Amino acid sequence: MNNEVYVWASYAVTFALLALEVILLRRRWRRLSR
Amino acid sequence: MNWFWYASPQTFYPLAGRIALWCGIAAVVLTAVGLYIGLLVAPTDAQQGEVYRIIFIHVPAAWMSMFIYVVMAAWAALGLAFNTRLSFMMARALAPTGALFTFIALWTGALWGRPTWGTYWVWGDTRLVTELILLFLYFGVLALQAAFDEPRRADKAAAVLAIVGVVNVPIIYYSVQWWNTLHQGASVSFTRAPTMAATMVAGMLVMALAFWLYSIAVSLVRVRCMIREST
Repeated sequence: MNNEVYVWASYAVTFALLALEVILLRRRWRRLSR
Repeated sequence: MNWFWYASPQTFYPLAGRIALWCGIAAVVLTAVGLYIGLLVAPTDAQQGEVYRIIFIHVPAAWMSMFIYVVMAAWAALGLAFNTRLSFMMARALAPTGALFTFIALWTGALWGRPTWGTYWVWGDTRLVTELILLFLYFGVLALQAAFDEPRRADKAAAVLAIVGVVNVPIIYYSVQWWNTLHQGASVSFTRAPTMAATMVAGMLVMALAFWLYSIAVSLVRVRCMIREST
């Protein structure tokens, strides 16, 4: 397998998880603001 | 400045909002700079090729996993010592982000290990196994925080585990020196010059700062949610 796949898999999963944490926190915040 | 003024959740709430906003903005900017350096500026490694670029997220994530654990345990210890609500809230707010960075460190480490070592995982490697234990410690703290109906009891139980688990952090850090591990030694140290090119070190440090600011921002927003939920 091309080694660049490992790089993209690392970056994609990392930033997807960080974004998910932010999205879940925003949801929690909005629920409280209602 | 009287710092004890901010020990109350109600007075800390607006300050946390301001810090979270600025840290969040700085984290986004520094992440963009870190990605630019890591993916576009830093040269291709002579031995590892492109795959070494994983270290720009792997190393900062691993640093954060250990650093957040120590900070979380310190807040938990403060909570146990002074029975302050905000200290336990800070410990609660840090645990999910710490667990997330530990998972990222393990995930990116495995993806770096496959092309470099020829394997995703080695059970005999102390650095890898102790980092996995750190993830389980985070899970344990999170589980205990959610295990009791009475939040104070949950916080105290989780605090004890968090404090006991701190012993694992120096073992992770020094494992590469104490044992003959497959994992390489530290590339960046306070006591000696880095063993990498300057742009590589810069990319790693910028990303580490971005992750640090991100962690402050999300944990402060989480604390603000907790304060609102508790009133």
